[in-house]
Amino acid sequence: MEVDLTLLLFIFALASFIGFELISKVPPTLHTPLMSGANAISGITIVGALIVAGSLGNPLGKWIGFAAIILATINVVGGFMVTDRMLEMFKKKEDEK
Amino acid sequence: MSAFLPETILNWLPDAIQLFYLVATGFFIRGVKLINSPGTARKGNQFAAIGMLIGVLVTLFDQDIVEFELIVGGIVIGGLIGLLLAKKVQMTAMPELVAVFNGFGGAASALVAWGELARNPDILSFDTTGLVSIGLSVFIGALTFTGSFIAFGKLSGFISGNAITFPGLNVINIGAMIATLGLIGYFAYDPTNPTLFWVILGISLLIGVTSVIPIGGADMPVVISLLNSYSGIAAAMAGFVLQNNLLIVSGALVGAAGLILTNIMCKAMNRSLVNVIFGSFGAAAGGPGASGDGDKTVRETSAEDLAIQVAYASKVVIVPGYGLAVAQAQHIVKEVATKLESRGVQVKYGIHPVAGRMPGHMNVLLAEADVPYDLLKDMDEINPEFATTDVVLIIGANDVVNPLAKTDPTGPIYGMPILNVEEAKRTIVFKRSLSVGYAGIDNPLFYAEKNQMFFGDAKKSLQALNEALNEV
Repeated sequence: MEVDLTLLLFIFALASFIGFELISKVPPTLHTPLMSGANAISGITIVGALIVAGSLGNPLGKWIGFAAIILATINVVGGFMVTDRMLEMFKKKEDEK
Repeated sequence: MSAFLPETILNWLPDAIQLFYLVATGFFIRGVKLINSPGTARKGNQFAAIGMLIGVLVTLFDQDIVEFELIVGGIVIGGLIGLLLAKKVQMTAMPELVAVFNGFGGAASALVAWGELARNPDILSFDTTGLVSIGLSVFIGALTFTGSFIAFGKLSGFISGNAITFPGLNVINIGAMIATLGLIGYFAYDPTNPTLFWVILGISLLIGVTSVIPIGGADMPVVISLLNSYSGIAAAMAGFVLQNNLLIVSGALVGAAGLILTNIMCKAMNRSLVNVIFGSFGAAAGGPGASGDGDKTVRETSAEDLAIQVAYASKVVIVPGYGLAVAQAQHIVKEVATKLESRGVQVKYGIHPVAGRMPGHMNVLLAEADVPYDLLKDMDEINPEFATTDVVLIIGANDVVNPLAKTDPTGPIYGMPILNVEEAKRTIVFKRSLSVGYAGIDNPLFYAEKNQMFFGDAKKSLQALNEALNEV
């Protein structure tokens, strides 16, 4: 699929604006979980790693992709789980009330 | 996986993948939005995780992906390591762990770009956009990787928390960054020389080290937050390499979110981001206070004496800091507070925005100990209350209650908003010794007339107080 660079830059800029707007009013309590959750989302690079490791091509490139999958998966799985662990405590509070 | 599908489906598969990517993006945006409020935060994180799952599953149907051995192997290995780290780590080590995860994310983005470059037999098949994106992805990803690990080292004590620097380092760093961008430009112009790629990778890794090492340990939260933003941008750059919308959108989201958070954290310390990155905070004041001046006297208190003071107070404010986290004393704090409350003492918690090693660090710890959410007051809420407070218990905090921030214009923390604990009738500092805090400066509060020191490990001191309260 041929994609126009202008369009990709457009998407990039729009997504950045959404990111700015999304977290402008977070209470300090949630800063650490938010940082951790956002960090897990940045593990989205796993999608790129899958493409590099699974496509045909020079074996060296595929093995580099394999290493990328491992690191990105650690980031994704660990990131979401540890964020959940932090937020679980707030959930408990809400239920008690 | 697309090999199993009938041909009619294959025709619309690329479009379907894009649509599912859009759905995944929706989950990410909704997820981050929900993390904004305590009641929905957990659901928000789960939303984001679902988005990630959709993104990964759908990608497996990409027609370019034909071999699955490495994919399955990589996900199993990475998943197990991630699971173990997330389950085993102590709540106190959370900032370090986020730094490590972040470093891995940055490294993965650099590897994606490098792998894509190495996978294609003909380097000339890349256009200028592709080559520039590869260069930027490697640059940002690699410096995020080494920078995050230096931050991890500083937080966990492997590397000195002091600012390690020499005159001119900032100039060298900025020069190296500009040079790298120039090299990336030349790489895009003439990609046939493989040495150039290695030089770009090498300098990028070095920049990560040399730009974080001169920053003091107290500023590591800001650094991690900034590096978190970088790892998002690195992912977006990898998206440009592969022309993948999901990577670009999610990476940009995290990049922007990390930047906002970094800004909020700098504001809490009343400093600019430029000052944090280039100011070498704490380098000049590396320990004159540590030796201590002989002519100052401190008043010590005991558990029994303190128990009487707090038991008959009408209002007690607890100010927690990193020392509380290190001593794992959050549960015993809660026990003491419960005892006081049952005696009719009003107990509140005053949380400085940068208490601990990350914003919200203290809130997470106290929430773990079942401290009701509405008793946790942030700085602006609690400051007006100190004048009517009988006793302030300062547990393992130092710089955030240092009056020098208001009185000494030459000091490194001058201008940082602090908790005005000195307005209370009595302050008690729980501390191991009179040593300096992360900012590396002495704290005159310790020697104030209204202050008493309770020396010792925070947990043991609180346990002693807890027992003494039974006797009162």
